[in-house]
Amino acid sequence: MKHIVIVILLLISTLSFAQVDTTLLKRQQVDSTKQQLNMDAVYNRPFLSFGKLPVSVGGYAEVNWQHIGTDGVSEGHQFQMRRMTLFVASSISKKIKFLSEIEFEEGGKEIAIEFASLDVEFHPLFNLRGGIIMNPIGAFNQNHDGPKWEFTDRPIAATQMLPATWSNAGFGLFGKTYKNNWMFGYELYLSSGFDDAIIDNEEGKTFLPESKENAERFVESASGTPLTTAKIAIRNKKFGEIGLSYMGGIYNTFQDDGIVLNEKRRLNVFAIDYNTTLTKINTFITGEWVWINVDTPETYTQQYGDKQYGGFLDIVHPVLKQKMLGWDNATLNLACRLEYVDWNVGTFNETGDNIGDELCSIMPAITFRPTQQTVFRLNYRIQRQTDILNNAPAKLGGFSFGISTYF
Amino acid sequence: MKIRFFFYKVICIITMASCDNFVPILSENEEVLDGEMVGLTLAQQAEFLRGDEAFGEVFTSSKGLGPLFNTNSCISCHAGDGKGHPFTTLTRFGQSDNSGNQFLNVGGPQLQHRALPGYQPENIPNGATFSKFTPPAVTGLGFLQYVTDEDILAMADPNDTDGDGISGVPHWLPLKDFVIPASNAISQNGMYIHRFGKKAVAYDLLDQTVGAYNEDMGITSTFNLIDTYSGLSIDPEVSDNTIRDVVAYLQTLKAPVPRNQNDPKVINGKSLFSQINCASCHTPTLSTGYSPIETLSFKEFNPYTDLLLHDMGGDLDDGYTEGNALTSEWRTPPLWGLGLSESTQGGQYFLLHDGRAGSISEAILLHGGEAENSKNQFVNLSENEKEDLIKFLESL
Repeated sequence: MKHIVIVILLLISTLSFAQVDTTLLKRQQVDSTKQQLNMDAVYNRPFLSFGKLPVSVGGYAEVNWQHIGTDGVSEGHQFQMRRMTLFVASSISKKIKFLSEIEFEEGGKEIAIEFASLDVEFHPLFNLRGGIIMNPIGAFNQNHDGPKWEFTDRPIAATQMLPATWSNAGFGLFGKTYKNNWMFGYELYLSSGFDDAIIDNEEGKTFLPESKENAERFVESASGTPLTTAKIAIRNKKFGEIGLSYMGGIYNTFQDDGIVLNEKRRLNVFAIDYNTTLTKINTFITGEWVWINVDTPETYTQQYGDKQYGGFLDIVHPVLKQKMLGWDNATLNLACRLEYVDWNVGTFNETGDNIGDELCSIMPAITFRPTQQTVFRLNYRIQRQTDILNNAPAKLGGFSFGISTYF
Repeated sequence: MKIRFFFYKVICIITMASCDNFVPILSENEEVLDGEMVGLTLAQQAEFLRGDEAFGEVFTSSKGLGPLFNTNSCISCHAGDGKGHPFTTLTRFGQSDNSGNQFLNVGGPQLQHRALPGYQPENIPNGATFSKFTPPAVTGLGFLQYVTDEDILAMADPNDTDGDGISGVPHWLPLKDFVIPASNAISQNGMYIHRFGKKAVAYDLLDQTVGAYNEDMGITSTFNLIDTYSGLSIDPEVSDNTIRDVVAYLQTLKAPVPRNQNDPKVINGKSLFSQINCASCHTPTLSTGYSPIETLSFKEFNPYTDLLLHDMGGDLDDGYTEGNALTSEWRTPPLWGLGLSESTQGGQYFLLHDGRAGSISEAILLHGGEAENSKNQFVNLSENEKEDLIKFLESL
């Protein structure tokens, strides 16, 4: 089925381009006015428009090489087509827009509609969104395009603790306003959500990303109750943007066919995110920190913890910004990502000792951006991860190199 | 500018060419318990790898876990192939004599103290005695499997004919239906010598593995189709191939490698170990008979066990037993790998059958029964001698 979809999409795209005079293609410029919040990331992308057609397309691709080893054992050289993502945006009328994002991961092994929503504007502070929405928890989930980041891997806390990219069928409201140096935005969505697999999975730990495997969530909510996601964000031109977000609801299938199977069990996620550019030295800083609480049965195993937290901090400093190799505004950056995740916060019932399952990572990077839409990234990861018993950590390290670009 | 860009490319190329030098280094072979034994054929190495993956497989409800269970994977009880932790310690309950377990219809002999959401775990029924079992290290088990019954019987001294106060006995039990005795096995009234487990109630690694899948994880196999929750036979939840791969993995895990063997304190400690008669039960050297795995066939090795049951005295008598063992009798645990136990137990020792001893000396002091004399001799050693003996044990 996946292959048929791929072939059809390729045929459509090939035929479409064959019929379009390429001189009619026009690249829409990304809004760089700084009047943007993280929530605008889905629109703040380079698109190609076709003459007077109200449809524009875009996308990005990421390709990597990596050589990573753990405790002296390496899988050797690995070449990876991480993902290719296609965007299609359409202005149905002046105040009704449709935007979609389809992602092909690992050479087409996974195909997912990450975003497909209809936005209806009633007022800048009151917009209705419906469809497949990206739950606005933290900052990365909504603002995850590869070319925007200086690292070949997505943040561990955002992908292995939070389930970025995490999208669901749902409805909600969003809006924003600004005055002088201040900007405020909010989002509030009700959607389908998680399922029992978050505490019953082959990862052997409470693992929210496991619910991404459940494609049924786009047509049937496991709990039959809505997942609530809400976020507010404030930006000041000098101090940057801070976001506070919440996502929560009942995750388990507590009844089926009207028969009660279990107690209702909730999960609650709180996140704070921040980004700013230090204007004097032009250093960009972004990060997020997340707390997760999952109601797990006392008679279950502590292997699946009820508390998690973690986050990341990226520091990106441009060391050269000038004409390089024929590119007018090329940039050479030094960057570093700091990451920490504790998948199981708490102590063992049997001993009172701290439960492990923790990870910390430092990833220095050198990146070259011939344009802002394309990035060449060289990273080195230094990672330490303990098992649940807190034995000596597994040492992981190695290089990765990748190219990521919008097209 | 081109020069700068050239340097950038050079850095990338150098990185790619020399990246093997930048991955974290492998720990010394002697410092870790896991790893395959040397000399396996390519086919045996492939089997080891499959078994390694199966050993790490996490079971979920959809794959058959539970509904009552203790753990959801082999590796979670035997992290790094080493000893377990109180978090993974099992409770077994039942009888205090050889009359058989009267509590099989209420969940015996193993307490599944965890349950899938919506189910209630077991409780120890009134009238049952119990004991806690900390998971053992699983390295070097292939060697122990191929020690001949003849050699085990030669170490036994049930009537203490040599008068040293030590009277190890083999554990004779009937075989389970799916177990095939070794070609050189010795039987007595239809019973065979069992050698694995705290009370030596598992005949071989297949017996032990099938039992662990069933009782620890609630996973049925064609070897044992009884569901621990319902007590009824259900479809197999793990394939025969997977079970056999895990058995092959356990057979071919390397034996722990001793360390610091030239340290004078270790050498002195080794001498004291024999001098105070620890070696009478913790037999330093055994040898294998024939094994279809060539690297296990007719080999000498140093496990520090005699695979026999010994009376360990009142302090270690929990009032619970299995098979024909007395409540105070325990199979001599191998001491190899003892010094690396902390590395798989969260950085601290949990020794003896239930992890109650937090140090090697505490474990020694809890010995009694047939080991009473040796314990007393240990108590009477000077502090330096005790230190040397501990150093030796840590070197194993």
